[in-house]
Amino acid sequence: MFLRLRFDSKAVRKPVISAVTLKTSALINIIKAEVGPRRGELIVEVDDSIAEKVEKAFEELGVEVLRLKEKVERNERCVHCGACISICPVEAIVLQDGRVEFLDKCVLCGNCVKVCPVKALKLPTT
Amino acid sequence: MKSVEDINEKIREGSVCVVTAEEMKEIVKELGAEKAAEEVDVVTTGTFGAMCSTGVFLNFGHSDPPIRMQRVWLNDVEAYTGIAAVDAYLGATQQSEKAEDYGGAHVIEELLKGEEVELKAISKGTDCYPAKEVRTVITLEDLNFAEMVNPRNAYQRYNAATNSSDRLLRTYMGTLLPNFGNVTFAGCGEISPLNNDPEFRTIGIGTKILLCGGKGYIVGHGTQHCPGYATLMVKGSLKSMDPEFLRAAYMPGYGVTMFVGIGIPIPVLDSKMAEKLAVRDEEIKTKILDFGVQRRDRPVVREVTYAELKSGRIEINGEEVRVSPLSSVYMARKIMEELKRRIERGEFLLTFPVERLTPGKALKPMKTAIKLVKSVMSEAIVISPETSVEIAAKIMIEKGVNHLPVVENGKLVGIVTSWDVAKAVAMGKTGKVGEIMTKRVIVTYPEEAVELAAKKMEENDISALPVVDKSMRVLGIVTSEDLSKLLAR
Ligand code: SF4
Ligand code: SF4
Repeated sequence: MFLRLRFDSKAVRKPVISAVTLKTSALINIIKAEVGPRRGELIVEVDDSIAEKVEKAFEELGVEVLRLKEKVERNERCVHCGACISICPVEAIVLQDGRVEFLDKCVLCGNCVKVCPVKALKLPTT
Repeated sequence: MKSVEDINEKIREGSVCVVTAEEMKEIVKELGAEKAAEEVDVVTTGTFGAMCSTGVFLNFGHSDPPIRMQRVWLNDVEAYTGIAAVDAYLGATQQSEKAEDYGGAHVIEELLKGEEVELKAISKGTDCYPAKEVRTVITLEDLNFAEMVNPRNAYQRYNAATNSSDRLLRTYMGTLLPNFGNVTFAGCGEISPLNNDPEFRTIGIGTKILLCGGKGYIVGHGTQHCPGYATLMVKGSLKSMDPEFLRAAYMPGYGVTMFVGIGIPIPVLDSKMAEKLAVRDEEIKTKILDFGVQRRDRPVVREVTYAELKSGRIEINGEEVRVSPLSSVYMARKIMEELKRRIERGEFLLTFPVERLTPGKALKPMKTAIKLVKSVMSEAIVISPETSVEIAAKIMIEKGVNHLPVVENGKLVGIVTSWDVAKAVAMGKTGKVGEIMTKRVIVTYPEEAVELAAKKMEENDISALPVVDKSMRVLGIVTSEDLSKLLAR
């Protein structure tokens, strides 16, 4: 499961990932990280079985946690060219029977949104 | 042997047998070329991809008082007016003066969708055309003529692209990830029109086609038409087209282009034609070029077939690399089906070319005097990371230079500029050069074009580049002063 972690200036200084790993022994895979001096946003992947524990542990450290269920949104301008396919870091975009399809494993990194020539894609607004 | 007239007779009677290019390959495999040629009358082929060489001739009608348009803009996109008073050619790739990601292609798409477009025209004013400026709003319906005339479309095949450099490149072949991170390719391969009639027996001047869902014709071979890479010049009325088969596009970092859909019916005149129509992606070869080398003659990374490209993964230097198509087989299939339907319904009769296309000749490059870095570089004065900041400052003043490449064991490890030295002194740092140098050095190579070196300096906002060989040995240095002297000449 993918979790989006947001933290403020207080939590940003703490080694939150290590702390949570030590506490829950969960393997945490960092998919995307944007950490600034005042706030940070991470997208991490954890095993579904332990997700709840991990979620709690992060929240105790003052990190805002959101489970990512959504994927990138596509409108009718898509011409199924496939320009986005090789850009996706997690191979969530595939050709199926000639159509370009987006799989649920999308981590909302936004790479495909930037390369689509007809502007058919956007990240869900949360 | 059948003639186009025989086939048209069958279309009128409603007894014609039409199949798509994909279906035809299976039929020939099953029945053989001889039998397939007897059974099938027409094969529909199609392609849908970004075709930059696209545009529309527009005739606006005369204003009162009349104007001889010297310059005209549609939604801030300029159209070419070096023709008669109220005619203009709007090119798909012409960029808006206000927005980077909007251009001629978008105006064309909006016109086709019936949307309003702002027109502005200016002129010096003449006795016969007194008006000096016109501003109005137009729609496709208001135009007397809107003729799409595309100088180069429907490439038979196209070179694929990858990127060996360590920089992400944004090109007309889409976004290319660094270090051979991906491959992109264009063209629809075995279903593409020109691969199915490579001898131009029925695709020729005057052949009727489906252009963006409307009726179109082949005008002749396209510009840059050459053996193996045939192209077509086509025309059709924008007013007859369907927005589903035309889509304005923007290649991030490169510019505006247009997805154009073309369907071409191929009459199966004899078994020889049926044989050609059986062509498979495995037989259609192209090259993967390295866009990391920014020169006209980009190195060929490897040869590849369309079958390999369409599989989504190919191997480069022993590693698996993911592939993105840029053309849409999905849309090409829709086009083939649409054309098939129209022929079956008797709405689309075939034509025989009035003249055949020639195979074309190898293309000549443009004659330009290319200047290489090695011809403008000067001797570099190098220092070691152990040199003190003080000595470095002295060398700069004595030799009258602003940049000192730092070398250790014969290899470039950094660079210091007079600015770095001044800053160090001001901050009271008087240690070794190794502590204040910039370690990530942007470099150039002796065989690199001067323009490229200039671009690197501009993009990185720096004023000199060490010239190195493959093993990072310093061969010289080029400075922005060297280049500006050269470019001012
Ligand atoms: S790049 Fe855009 S148009 Fe092409 S397949 Fe992806 S979403 Fe569709
Ligand atoms: S946003 Fe696009 S590129 Fe990123 S993971 Fe989702 S599908 Fe892949």
